[in-house]
Amino acid sequence: MTAGEVALICDMLRRRSGLTLPPEKAYLLESRLRPVVRKYGLADLSALSALVARRNPQVVADVVDAMTTNETLFFRDMKPFSMFRDLVLPALLGGRAAQRSFRILCAGASSGQEPYSLAMILAEEAARLQGWRCEIVAIDISTTALERARAGVYSQFEVQRGLPTRLLLKYFRPVGDNWQIAEELRAMVRFRDFNLLNDLAPFGRCDVIFCRNMLIYFDPATKARTLQNIARRLPADGFVFLGASETTMGLTDALVPIRTSSGVYRPQAATGPAVAAVAPSPAAPSGSSAASAA
Amino acid sequence: MSALRKTCLIVDDSRAIRAVARQLLEELGFDAREAANGLEAIASCREQMPDMILLDRNMPQLDGIGCVRAIRALPGGKEPKVIFCTTESSLMAIAEAIAAGADEYIMKPFDREILELKLSMVGI
Ligand SMILES: C[S@@+](CC[C@H](N)C(=O)[O-])C[C@H]1O[C@@H](n2cnc3c(N)ncnc32)[C@H](O)[C@@H]1O
Repeated sequence: MTAGEVALICDMLRRRSGLTLPPEKAYLLESRLRPVVRKYGLADLSALSALVARRNPQVVADVVDAMTTNETLFFRDMKPFSMFRDLVLPALLGGRAAQRSFRILCAGASSGQEPYSLAMILAEEAARLQGWRCEIVAIDISTTALERARAGVYSQFEVQRGLPTRLLLKYFRPVGDNWQIAEELRAMVRFRDFNLLNDLAPFGRCDVIFCRNMLIYFDPATKARTLQNIARRLPADGFVFLGASETTMGLTDALVPIRTSSGVYRPQAATGPAVAAVAPSPAAPSGSSAASAA
Repeated sequence: MSALRKTCLIVDDSRAIRAVARQLLEELGFDAREAANGLEAIASCREQMPDMILLDRNMPQLDGIGCVRAIRALPGGKEPKVIFCTTESSLMAIAEAIAAGADEYIMKPFDREILELKLSMVGI
């Protein structure tokens, strides 16, 4: 592959997905695109770059898919999920008591471990969520990752990474050597093939947005744009979770951390009681309709 | 500073596996002891209750299930975090271990990352 062909593919990737491949990572093209070259019966990467240059849509989609890093695990870093359960959920139960509904957007959901971790938390809290409508919308640009996410089938290795055994027993069943997450949890998450570089308006208001370990692959301008895109979906009392090594600092003023290095952010204009002071709502009255989380 | 180090007991009838586990756990800051079967493990716990027990399932003399039940019945035996570590990966085997008193379950083969994640899951 010539330098020009490398640049052509990198440029397409940056514009299409936000992925910025620094020169020292260009070698990843070779290894990750080899299967795409094979799939189309091409001679080499140069031939592939010719198809990319002609904007063959299926080829472009496959190249983007192949270049995404889908690394993820259940309850990744643990702390964001305990914060979601102990801080955000009580705030939602209080703040949304009138509507009894909220929506969580999981951006860059990869093979599903992150949205399913959230679904398990909601399922564990089903008693408090009786009669509530809890939506989890999970988006990703990688169709391969989304297919895996929808199937909800994980290897023995994957179910040991971050997933407590108690939850494995409760929410998974063995299929051959693998484990599949229960139908009722799969039903709690809607997976959508969506590019985060596009306006998130179709998803309406999102009370909580997880956007973790995706911005790290973007250049600063794309990071800033993405954060603003996210912030526009957020009500004044909404929450954003970023990855452990991600920040809004120097990128946008629209989101501010609730505490330093908490990874949890709120809209700049957020007023009202400090998060820590938001009391959990009393146990939601039972009856009416069944919780969508149950 | 060794008084501050956490202690663990590695219970496995394979000396090779004990050696691998010992190295990983020592790197993670544990003082490790070993036992080759359930009876040895109980004797070791009677002497000194460790903070964590990494427990194989299938062993001569007394297996992991019998071992964790017996340890849980000892004075102070509810304290240690017990992590099963076995090639048995059936739902039944996992459920049986948890019901018998294990806190977590590792299906072999495992790596350092899984061991570290499981240790943080049990809060150690
Ligand atoms: C490393 S994974 C992180 C998964 C999960 N959020 C976590 O923290 O474990 C990043 C995901 O972002 C997705 N992604 C990258 N660029 C994207 C874009 N422009 N729009 C939507 N998803 C994107 C990738 O396909 C990949 O699945």
